[in-house]
Amino acid sequence: MTSPEIRVQGLHKSFGDNHVLRGIDLEIAQGEVVCVIGPSGSGKSTLLRCVNLLEEPTEGQVFVGGTEVTDPDVDIDAVRRRIGMVFQQFNLFPHLSVTENLTLPQRRVLGRDKAAAERVAAGNLARVGLAEKADAHPSALSGGQQQRVAIARALAMDPEVMLFDEPTSALDPELVGDVLAVMRSLAREGMTMMVVTHEMSFAREVADRVVFMDGGVIVEEGRPEQVIGAPRHERTRHFLSRLLDPATAEVEEGLPEAGGPDRA
Amino acid sequence: MADTDTGVQPKRTGLTRTQKRRLSRGAQYAVLAAAVIAFALTADWGRLQNQFAQPEIARQLFPDLITVALKNTVLYTLSGFVVGLALGVVIALMRLSSVGPYRWLAGIYVEIFRGLPALLIFIFVGVGVPLAFPTVQYPGGTYGKVAVALGLVSAAYMAETIRAGIQAVPKGQMEAARSLGFSPARAMVSIILPQAFRIILPPLTNELVLLFKDSSLVLFLGVTLEQRELSKFGNDLASQTANSTPILVAGLCYLLITIPLSLVVRRMETKALREIR
Repeated sequence: MTSPEIRVQGLHKSFGDNHVLRGIDLEIAQGEVVCVIGPSGSGKSTLLRCVNLLEEPTEGQVFVGGTEVTDPDVDIDAVRRRIGMVFQQFNLFPHLSVTENLTLPQRRVLGRDKAAAERVAAGNLARVGLAEKADAHPSALSGGQQQRVAIARALAMDPEVMLFDEPTSALDPELVGDVLAVMRSLAREGMTMMVVTHEMSFAREVADRVVFMDGGVIVEEGRPEQVIGAPRHERTRHFLSRLLDPATAEVEEGLPEAGGPDRA
Repeated sequence: MADTDTGVQPKRTGLTRTQKRRLSRGAQYAVLAAAVIAFALTADWGRLQNQFAQPEIARQLFPDLITVALKNTVLYTLSGFVVGLALGVVIALMRLSSVGPYRWLAGIYVEIFRGLPALLIFIFVGVGVPLAFPTVQYPGGTYGKVAVALGLVSAAYMAETIRAGIQAVPKGQMEAARSLGFSPARAMVSIILPQAFRIILPPLTNELVLLFKDSSLVLFLGVTLEQRELSKFGNDLASQTANSTPILVAGLCYLLITIPLSLVVRRMETKALREIR
């Protein structure tokens, strides 16, 4: 195997007194799909956001494609061009049409001319199955469609890596499938993907590796059938049982009420 | 008075709620009618018409009323608005800067220029600065002077509006732009500001309405005949003719502009409300 596409070393992150990440080491190989799971407040979204420096790590190093992202002298805008990011809340630009959402970043950031940018946009909209929505405005789309446009927008920049921050958590249940289908085909095409998700079936089926986080550390990681199917740690088992069958959960005493809202 | 349903057992007055409401409304109309009748009986209608609505004098105002006065009012206002908008964006960005001194300077600017009467700033720009810096010439003469004075005043208000607009754009927009590789400045110009301006279009238009009225302060700068705007023009002709008709006509000209603008603002606001869904 060549050098990893993403490498995280000794990563710590604090928000004030809140020590969210407590020493994360993680490597993701080229073409690998890694799903990060864990209870809310476990730091999984913060970890993802540290990879493209939307959050600045307090300590530790992050490398993407051999470039140190955490180097203070790095051209962060250049690094981010190689990292696509998909947000829970889609974050499409509401004042632009779907096509303009895809072409404006290409033109402003990559300097592509209008015709080339529109070609790339059309290709990527077809890739996510929304070619017919090219002229629509984001507000006219369903949540699932908006998220697929957001994926297409990231893909239009030709990233080497794609980060997904709970991409289906804000969607109505019946719209989740379309987004997961797009992500599945992306994984099949060999994209390097790091996915923070609660979709266990997706993790089980698509991920090469699953990372379970709790309390700011990686508790266990491995093949999905192992981590999800036969977890070794009590904390993992506890989390999975609550996730897979929430109705069976008891009111617990002593256990901290899962760390407040997740940092989206 | 509206009924107050406090849950306390209401006192029985023998009137039903509908009857009470009808009685209250009837009383209000009665007061209004009495006031109108009293005014109509006591006013000296002939004198009023003579003083405020002499068609002959009104006719004399044309065409200068439009070709000079109204034109200048519009010119002064728009140039002041453009200067104020440009300066307002700069000050808003300074207020949001990560560099402390920029934030302080912008804050001081806003406090000073919002706290002073516009008239004082007009005199300062029109009289004080030329005396202090005899070599400095405003580009465009009086027009430049007015643009600067109105711009300085309105920039303070607009800066606060623009800052609020920028802050009203969800944080995710900047994050999305940055994660796509936009630099902070480019993200601000291409992604954030266009959305911010959409949000603050109604209050900015209100600011334009206020500026139309503030442009009347040119009165105090000493202008030539061709540079007169509506208020100065109306005032001059009122003294020339010893009649108030020019004041009334000039006033109507302001309303001709400000009322449609207000209607546009209201339409924009209801439209914006609908878009929030």
